[in-house]
Amino acid sequence: MLEDTVPLSHYLMLSATLFVIGIVGVLVRRNVIVVFMSIEIMLNAVNISLIAFDNYMNLSSGQIFSFMVMCVAAAEVSVGLAIIIALHRNKPTVNLDEFNLLKW
Amino acid sequence: MELLIFYPLAGFCVVLALGVVFNTSPVGSALSLIGMMLGLAGIFVLQQAHFIAILQIIIYAGAIMVLFMFVIMLLNLKKGDDAGWIARDRNLLLSVLTGLLAVGILYKLSDIIFTAKMNTPAILPDSFGTVAIIGETLFTDFVLPFEVASILLLAAMVGAVVLAKTKLD
Amino acid sequence: MLLKLTCLVPLFPLIGSIINGFFGLRIGKNAVGLVACGSMGLSFLTSILIYIGYLMLPEGQHIYEQVAWTWFGAGDFTVDFGFQIDPLTLVMMFVVTGVGLIIHVYSIGYMHEEYSYYRFFAYFNLFASAMLLLVMGNNFLLMFIGWEGVGCCSYFLIGYYFEKKSACDAGTKAFIVNRVGDFAFLLAVMYIFNIFGTIDFSDVMHAAPEKLIYGGEIVTIITMLLFVGATGKSAQIPLYTWLPDAMEGPTPVSALIHAATMVTAGVYMIVRCNVLFNLSPLTMTTVAFIGGGTAVMAATIGMTQFDIKRVLAYSTVSQIGYMFLACGVGAYTAAIFHLVTHAFFKACLFLGSGSVIHGIHGEQDMRKMGGLKSHMPVTYWTFLVSTLAIAGIFPLSGFFSKDEVLYHSLMDGNIIFWGMGVSAALLTAFYMFRLVFMTFHGESRVDPSVHPHESPKVMTMPLVILAGLATVGGLLGIPFHHYWHLHTLHSWLEPVLHFDLANALEHSGHMLHEAGRHAPSWAHLLEPKTHDWMIELLLMFFSLAVALTGIFGAYMFYIKRPDLPEKFTEGQWGLDLVQNKYYIDELYDESIVQPTIEGSKLLWKECDAKAIDGAVNGTAQTIGWFSRQAQVFQSGFVRNYALFIVVGFISLLLVMF
Repeated sequence: MLEDTVPLSHYLMLSATLFVIGIVGVLVRRNVIVVFMSIEIMLNAVNISLIAFDNYMNLSSGQIFSFMVMCVAAAEVSVGLAIIIALHRNKPTVNLDEFNLLKW
Repeated sequence: MELLIFYPLAGFCVVLALGVVFNTSPVGSALSLIGMMLGLAGIFVLQQAHFIAILQIIIYAGAIMVLFMFVIMLLNLKKGDDAGWIARDRNLLLSVLTGLLAVGILYKLSDIIFTAKMNTPAILPDSFGTVAIIGETLFTDFVLPFEVASILLLAAMVGAVVLAKTKLD
Repeated sequence: MLLKLTCLVPLFPLIGSIINGFFGLRIGKNAVGLVACGSMGLSFLTSILIYIGYLMLPEGQHIYEQVAWTWFGAGDFTVDFGFQIDPLTLVMMFVVTGVGLIIHVYSIGYMHEEYSYYRFFAYFNLFASAMLLLVMGNNFLLMFIGWEGVGCCSYFLIGYYFEKKSACDAGTKAFIVNRVGDFAFLLAVMYIFNIFGTIDFSDVMHAAPEKLIYGGEIVTIITMLLFVGATGKSAQIPLYTWLPDAMEGPTPVSALIHAATMVTAGVYMIVRCNVLFNLSPLTMTTVAFIGGGTAVMAATIGMTQFDIKRVLAYSTVSQIGYMFLACGVGAYTAAIFHLVTHAFFKACLFLGSGSVIHGIHGEQDMRKMGGLKSHMPVTYWTFLVSTLAIAGIFPLSGFFSKDEVLYHSLMDGNIIFWGMGVSAALLTAFYMFRLVFMTFHGESRVDPSVHPHESPKVMTMPLVILAGLATVGGLLGIPFHHYWHLHTLHSWLEPVLHFDLANALEHSGHMLHEAGRHAPSWAHLLEPKTHDWMIELLLMFFSLAVALTGIFGAYMFYIKRPDLPEKFTEGQWGLDLVQNKYYIDELYDESIVQPTIEGSKLLWKECDAKAIDGAVNGTAQTIGWFSRQAQVFQSGFVRNYALFIVVGFISLLLVMF
């Protein structure tokens, strides 16, 4: 009979899966907004690991960290979206392949 | 009980995450993301992290996603605006290869993850994950990161305003 | 305790220099002059206080050391930033601060028309500070700092008129020639450290008789290197060529740096290291020969020059030769005595020549002077007094000091040294009076458009003071001290110059014996020297006669029969040789300067431009080629970069597991 608890490994597996999905999203999508959302998926995936470890080891620092991750995510989103708007104003497209400014 | 909740929730999250990546319409992607975040909030609750779960809903599903939707609406993005959802150039092959490799790594990692110990949660005190205990930790041991985070948010706020302004003068 | 003020003496001029250097243009000319002279004055007053404090030291203690801070340390070896006060230092301090103060005051008048007045005084004060550091430092390294500092200021001040090419060249020449000597000095300091493990003067001098073998190779090498250092700074053969060119600087610079103080640093250094030199008879003989030779040679060149300052420059070289001659025969007191009196009369002569140049608007050629006696009486009379002093006429200071040098060169040296000294004395009297007669007497050859005038008070007062000092300076060393004990300087310097030869020889004998070598017989060295007052008196009359002969010769040639020099020198090949300074400059140019330049050009064109630049450019080009290959990765697409990050991350994971 199965025990009534989920092993830590399953949480970690979920975290890793979501993270890989995020990576693939970043790599294959050209729409800058979707790329950005994929980054959010990756951040959330990390949060799962943090909280799971917390629970299994009786810590609370992991929760603090995920709290910080959220802070950073909020800051990142506000700045990132502002950048997208600024970019869009210069060049009316959201296609990442149109922007190769980093070459210079 | 936990089993019954966890696996459906996990499946739900994975499906919606895939939905974010493989949806052709940005609005659809964003809606999938909101769903995924709500699902994750449920998983956090399973882990006794009630406070974080609430924050997840308020900050992520609420504030951040509203911002996303707002930008999508502002830019007036429609389905197929980015000329196909996937990159067509020479990066495609490499991206696919990377994806395959990533899956391989995941498989490899799962070996290690599944052999790990800690199959059961620790015996937790009643106060675990409550606002009180999180708040106390945050304002004692982690007060400096907390203050730094506030500065970061302030900087982000100013930065966003400056960047999004029409005319820089 | 007054001696605690020691470190203030070099500090005052340094502060003055900083104030003038940084704020000089803003605070105005009067304030600049006040700061410069004030700092020197304070320094002089402090020196007097230190002198009083020194006199109050308990009996038997004749040296006071003040360590400001430990400069640096490595293992057991430490170098202190410390000062030492002993009789020799005090003499030098008075010369530097006293004569320095007078010349500073003079400079206020002389330099008044200059735009960069403040720059001059900033360097001048800096020089005074460095010179005081040189004479007051309690170890070789601190002395070396001062040594380099004065060289540096000398370079700045020779090139003061930097818009003139000749001044720049002269400054560079002085600097480079000095480097040769400085390098030897530095080597000597390193060798001393190697042998003694310390570079403090008192420790080294104390340990020297016990660690060094009399006449051994080590002490000979050390003293020879020190002496080469001294020839560079004090303009002796073979490194004297820079000093005449250094006259490109303003006249007060020539007076203070290139006559009274800096060029005598070599003499000071030898006297400071007298213990080492006493241990090496070979070096002593060399010093005496070089000194005597320089004295004669520079005097002959001085006879043929027409630039008033160059004559004085050769005279300086010649007089310093005297001091070295005295050092070489072991008469250190005579050397210091001559140093002091020379500082007085030569400073006065230089300042007088500056006054003349000032009065006829920058003309330096003696052929365009003459008859200036009536136009500038104060300058004339002070100049005449100093000239009599340098010629060695009783009872002026030069008579006593020069006579002491000559007496010792005969008694402690030999007849050759004495012969050199006497011929130099004859030539000195001749060329100095040639200078006086050509400048002040006879008919005026001054350009009719120029109206000669006497210099202002601020310039003539220093001349009067210095002439007074040149007159009475001889009282420092009244002769016949073996009978009367009135030679103040001799008894004053006794603690510094005390040297127990018998003890040193005994140690040397032991050391040689331990090394399994046979010690030579040194018995003859320990025989007491005889002092005959008859000989001393005879020598005095003789040298007085020599001086008068020289003066008479100059009178005949330049007043009585002005056509004589022409006739006398017509068709003489020797004149050409002497007038061109024995072609020494040309010889150095051909043998050292040109080969160096050629060699440098070769290194530049072949070695530097081709090999080194080739290697460097080749490296850059190779890297550039690789970069072009790697450029493909730099697509400029953010996503591409993200892809590389992920690829890197995954490969890392693969490596780890």
